[in-house]
Amino acid sequence: MSHAWAQAFSMVFDPYNIFVMLAASLFGLFVGAVPGLTATMATALLVPVTFFMAPIPAIAAIVTATAMAIFSGDIPGCLMRMPGTPASAAYTDEAYAMTKKGQAETALGAGLVFSALGGLFGTAVLMLAAPALAEFALKFSSFEYFWLVLLGLTCAVFITSDRPLKGFVSLLLGLLVACVGLGNPAAFPRFTFGSTELLGGIGMIPMMIGMFAISEIMRYAVDTNPELMIVDQPIGNVFKGMWALAKKYPVQILRGNAVGTLIGALPGAGADIAAWITYAISKRFSKEPEKFGTGHVEGIVESGSANNSALAGAWIPALVFGIPGDSITAIVIGVLYMKNMNPGPMLFTNNPQNIYAVYLLFIVANLIMLPLGWWCIKVSKQILKVPRTVLMPVIMLFCVVGSFAINNTAFDVTVMLVAGVAAFFLEANGFPVAPAILGVVLGGMLEENLVTSMIKADGDFSAFFARPIAATLGVLTLAVWLLPLLLRRLRQLAGFAEPA
Amino acid sequence: MKVNDAVWGALLMLLAAALLVHIQSFPTIPGQKIGPALFPGTIAVGLAVCAVMLIFKGVSRHRAGGPHAAWIEADTWVRSPRQLLAFVAVIAVNVFYILAVDWLGFIPVAVIYLSLLFAVFRVRPTWIVPLALVVTLVIHYAFYKLLKVPLPWGLLKAVAW
Repeated sequence: MSHAWAQAFSMVFDPYNIFVMLAASLFGLFVGAVPGLTATMATALLVPVTFFMAPIPAIAAIVTATAMAIFSGDIPGCLMRMPGTPASAAYTDEAYAMTKKGQAETALGAGLVFSALGGLFGTAVLMLAAPALAEFALKFSSFEYFWLVLLGLTCAVFITSDRPLKGFVSLLLGLLVACVGLGNPAAFPRFTFGSTELLGGIGMIPMMIGMFAISEIMRYAVDTNPELMIVDQPIGNVFKGMWALAKKYPVQILRGNAVGTLIGALPGAGADIAAWITYAISKRFSKEPEKFGTGHVEGIVESGSANNSALAGAWIPALVFGIPGDSITAIVIGVLYMKNMNPGPMLFTNNPQNIYAVYLLFIVANLIMLPLGWWCIKVSKQILKVPRTVLMPVIMLFCVVGSFAINNTAFDVTVMLVAGVAAFFLEANGFPVAPAILGVVLGGMLEENLVTSMIKADGDFSAFFARPIAATLGVLTLAVWLLPLLLRRLRQLAGFAEPA
Repeated sequence: MKVNDAVWGALLMLLAAALLVHIQSFPTIPGQKIGPALFPGTIAVGLAVCAVMLIFKGVSRHRAGGPHAAWIEADTWVRSPRQLLAFVAVIAVNVFYILAVDWLGFIPVAVIYLSLLFAVFRVRPTWIVPLALVVTLVIHYAFYKLLKVPLPWGLLKAVAW
């Protein structure tokens, strides 16, 4: 074990890896700080570049860039009343109200310090929970995996959407996309219509780039809102008063971290939903709820740490079961397969040094966030002045080249474009995209375990409930289907208004 | 573009029906009930059920009248020439790239691609072409030279560097 740790240390503190982490930090801080560019988009844009790296630097780039982006998304929220990433949307108004009161540095400082703290908390849970779950998962058969995947998909439908029906449609469409090609238990070419390019299935990475980057650029293109103004206010020492805040709100910090990690670990729900729910919880249990919305730091402390802890939490099911906890890890799973680090419990027994390296990457990323984030806040006004009219076309060309680079085929550029247009129209009509992504990523696994289980069961459906863990997971899955009313109540609490 | 749920439902119903017809041609494995048609078949049935529910919801909303009752409703950006042009341009340049990159080559296509978008997004006119050229060359260098991605040369093959 100590040998594996030593190997992990040497991989993480390798000069090339440190260089990658620094470069990814700058990239992540920039992407997060520019409104309209998200952490998931940062991940999708990184994949074509990580494609050419060794496994650990590739993962390092993604871990660092996403952690930074989720923090720096707070900056434009605070200075322009425009969240840099959806994960900051929950408390953008609050942060902006603080800026108006002349407390921009406290809002930004709380975002930075408690983001790093949240990330470290999530990492600690990842380090404790993942190996324990992996040991448990070694005993899983196809029945357990079938229920687990189904439970994950079910969660995605009910949590990520206030309209489960549309979430379910989205999920089914994703599962359908996963059916394309030869990759099914019978190895029969389905829905290929004679195309050789479709035999291998629809490329996951070009599709993700389309869904997360191209659709975002299309939304920018049709945005009729005028450009927002930056609040010009000197920003002093952002670390001032943070210790006092930590002493004042220990319960909020702990609760935000714990709830954030948990929501991150639930499939389909990531940092943005974690922030909405923890902000609502913070307000609900606050001693001074009337101050929320008027520039009160309490909610920012709690939800600002929750969105970063959710990032690490999402890696728990991704590493142990290959079930992504959020849309970022959905892309990460694709990268892990490309790097021959197939997720699953065997990853923990066969190559523990890689897992330890992932833990270390998270710790390092969240620690270097403090100085780099401080610097980013200093130069944020320059970053926010970068003209998006130039940036968006450049990013789109980058997406095109990146999609092409995965397999060196123009067909993947078509996949990217179609996925982007589809995601744009689906979202414009209230169909959430996250369940579709999960459907695509998990479709193969769901079918494989379903078919294997059905062959084993030989027509006897009770076999799906014959083993204790399978039965528990099965009952849990069915229960989630029956609990939408309760979840709807929770979402109302979280401030998600059902659009008319 | 907001499309009424009932229209979505009808489209999904068509998709489900097409799927169910198509999977009849999938082979069955002798002696087994489970073949490659099982999983897509289940998805198709699920889609059909959702389609019925969407149609039901959409029709009742349409009957109720009020906001979002129309079968198809254009977003505000569709009525704004500038945004509509930008939307069309974003799709058009990508289609142009896909169709033209192999014979024109990456560099000319990328310069046209960026110039068009910059123009539509109203970048200062004197900047458009120089900026497009510089960005294209930087991306080309990064991917072609550093990452060894075989971006096509097309017309410039004779002067490839």
